[in-house]
Amino acid sequence: MEFYRAHVLVCRGTGCTASGSESVMEAFEKEIEKRGLSKEVKVLLTGCLGLCELGPNIIIYPEGTYYCKVKAEDVPEIVEEHLVKGRIVERLLYKERTAEERMRALTDINFYKRQKRIALRNCGLINPEVIEEYIANDGYMALAKVLTEMTPQQVIDEVTKSGLRGRGGGGFPTGKKWQFAKDAPGDVKYVVCNGDEGDPGAFMDRSILEGDPHTVLEAMAIAGYAIGAREGYIYVRAEYPLAVKRLEIAIEQARERGLLGKNILGTGFDFDIFLRLGSGAFVCGEETALLASIEGRRGEPRPRPPFPAIEGLWGKPTLINNVETFANIPPIILNGAEWFASIGTERSKGTKVFAIGGKINNTGLVEIPMGMTLREVIYDIGGGIPNGKKFKAVQTGGPSGGCIPAELLDMPIEYDTLTQAGSMMGSGGMIVMDEDTCMVDIAKFFLTFTQDESCGKCPPCRIGTKRMLEILERITNGEGREGDIELLETLAKNIKASALCGLGQTAPNPVLSTLRYFRHEYEAHIKEKKCPAGACRALITYEIIAEKCKGCGLCAKVCPVGAISGERRQPHVIDKEKCIKCNSCIERCPFGAIVKK
Amino acid sequence: MGVIKSIEELEKIRDQARELINLRKDNENKTRIVVGMGTCGISAGAREVLMAILDEIKKRNLTDVVVTETGCIGMCRFEPLVDVIKPNQPKVTYVNVNPEKARQIVARHVVNNQVIDEWVIPNI
Repeated sequence: MEFYRAHVLVCRGTGCTASGSESVMEAFEKEIEKRGLSKEVKVLLTGCLGLCELGPNIIIYPEGTYYCKVKAEDVPEIVEEHLVKGRIVERLLYKERTAEERMRALTDINFYKRQKRIALRNCGLINPEVIEEYIANDGYMALAKVLTEMTPQQVIDEVTKSGLRGRGGGGFPTGKKWQFAKDAPGDVKYVVCNGDEGDPGAFMDRSILEGDPHTVLEAMAIAGYAIGAREGYIYVRAEYPLAVKRLEIAIEQARERGLLGKNILGTGFDFDIFLRLGSGAFVCGEETALLASIEGRRGEPRPRPPFPAIEGLWGKPTLINNVETFANIPPIILNGAEWFASIGTERSKGTKVFAIGGKINNTGLVEIPMGMTLREVIYDIGGGIPNGKKFKAVQTGGPSGGCIPAELLDMPIEYDTLTQAGSMMGSGGMIVMDEDTCMVDIAKFFLTFTQDESCGKCPPCRIGTKRMLEILERITNGEGREGDIELLETLAKNIKASALCGLGQTAPNPVLSTLRYFRHEYEAHIKEKKCPAGACRALITYEIIAEKCKGCGLCAKVCPVGAISGERRQPHVIDKEKCIKCNSCIERCPFGAIVKK
Repeated sequence: MGVIKSIEELEKIRDQARELINLRKDNENKTRIVVGMGTCGISAGAREVLMAILDEIKKRNLTDVVVTETGCIGMCRFEPLVDVIKPNQPKVTYVNVNPEKARQIVARHVVNNQVIDEWVIPNI
């Protein structure tokens, strides 16, 4: 085997690919070829490193040097300086927001130091398109171990003892789910991987599928052995083309090497996996709707029981877990249940992957041990709120979750604490909001989403969320009425109690949690016809403070509707009738003389 | 690429495949060989020295070694310079290295743990 003195890993997750990592990779290949270094330096792609905000990201080993925002034009310099002369290209290093120094290694920076990567262990380390790289990091050894050393019941006991709970939203104990599927009568059973990640702003599962597809295949085969299934299906969204491509490559390679198919590793165990692409309906993340969609029917949920573990795909007992849940299985088998249970807290074991977004400095993907506080995630790892703004709330759990206010920032992240706070763990979306965010508007945003995605099968969800949305719309338009808040609460209670599936039952959560912590904002909208955050257009007006205005005329020039007038060097005025509240004048004014009221 | 028929075969493939990702793991516990690659080093033949070291590592199938480069450290008349840093041991600097010496450094110092005193930097 060739000895390469350096590896250049180019992140080819969706984030970095979108910011141009493909051309960076090509530039490296070309430059290295041109300089005759092909036999010394290897260029390869890898999965998401987490700091998507700073892409394209690359890492050069053996030093582990992390370069961010790399452009194809930077490549000749990196090759000349770093790979030939051994000098770090300082200007492309990551700079900590709080300090002047530039950080060389990814593992040194605050964003990374506090993380613990189990589900993401291979993301950013291996090339997901080469099965040998997965095997090199003990890939498929967990499958080998269960097939030769463990009985199906022992496998389930190990998963149960680990305390792993579902990472897709519900948080149901994984071992229990496996036990139900194993105990269900029947010769034909199925394992299904739920890769229908639909929360706005969430990309945990996508990153795992893109960065380490084999871990999901291996875990599904282990699950198949444990419950007695011989076939598995991965349901993944067609909007994740890169994840689909990497899964296709992985399945093909695993079949070629006999790690899927008949008589795996000579043990007589047969298991194969097939892909099914979803068209991006949010409701298909609900397990019964997902199964209907795999069967080729309309993606609509049905009442449970019977649960899928008893009557699932084509009426057969079916085990459904989400991508991240599966990604935890091989390490649990290899390192033991005690190891996994030692991470996290009493009632929430292990780690959780979060996609942090919104008003935060380090947008990206993080994996943290359970029990870390929201403050640590948002400030220590996420780097805090940009532009010196104040933190207002963090939304977890997507459209099914809720907003958690600043008072609860020191709450540890656990399934139960989040639920008590009126939110939920969900699949791991974490959207940070600052003082400029209107909480009524946020509730409206999420309800618009669920209303859009409601499949329409049950009236509480189809009609109820529509009525709630109408009320929110009139509140944000300044037409809120006395009694609207109470009406929202009654509707929410009834929808939660009567909707058919999880989508409908949790749809009112964003409204309920914002009502719980930010009721005064609703009241201000309704009674005073004011939006305290200055976000709802119908409720704000723009004004020029005469004392501060120098009459420079810049605002008048930038106004697209000619609503600003005034003599040169004299205070200007805004015609409120003409003003369309586009905010251009505020952004342009060099003296801070324009205010929203 | 064939079918992996047994656990033993999987383990064998894993052990071979480890070389693929070895360079990305545990680097703090490996021997580091650093070649001076400033303009002075390159013009004195550091590139050939580097190639000889890589070739020797490949031939001997060494997995616990990393090779990096560095810039000019000011002793241009002694170039090519090669540092060998074993874990938990002080750095040893060799001077006026040529490809033949480089191969010997790998064989005698890196593999057999014997510092080659006569090539080490003089106390000037």
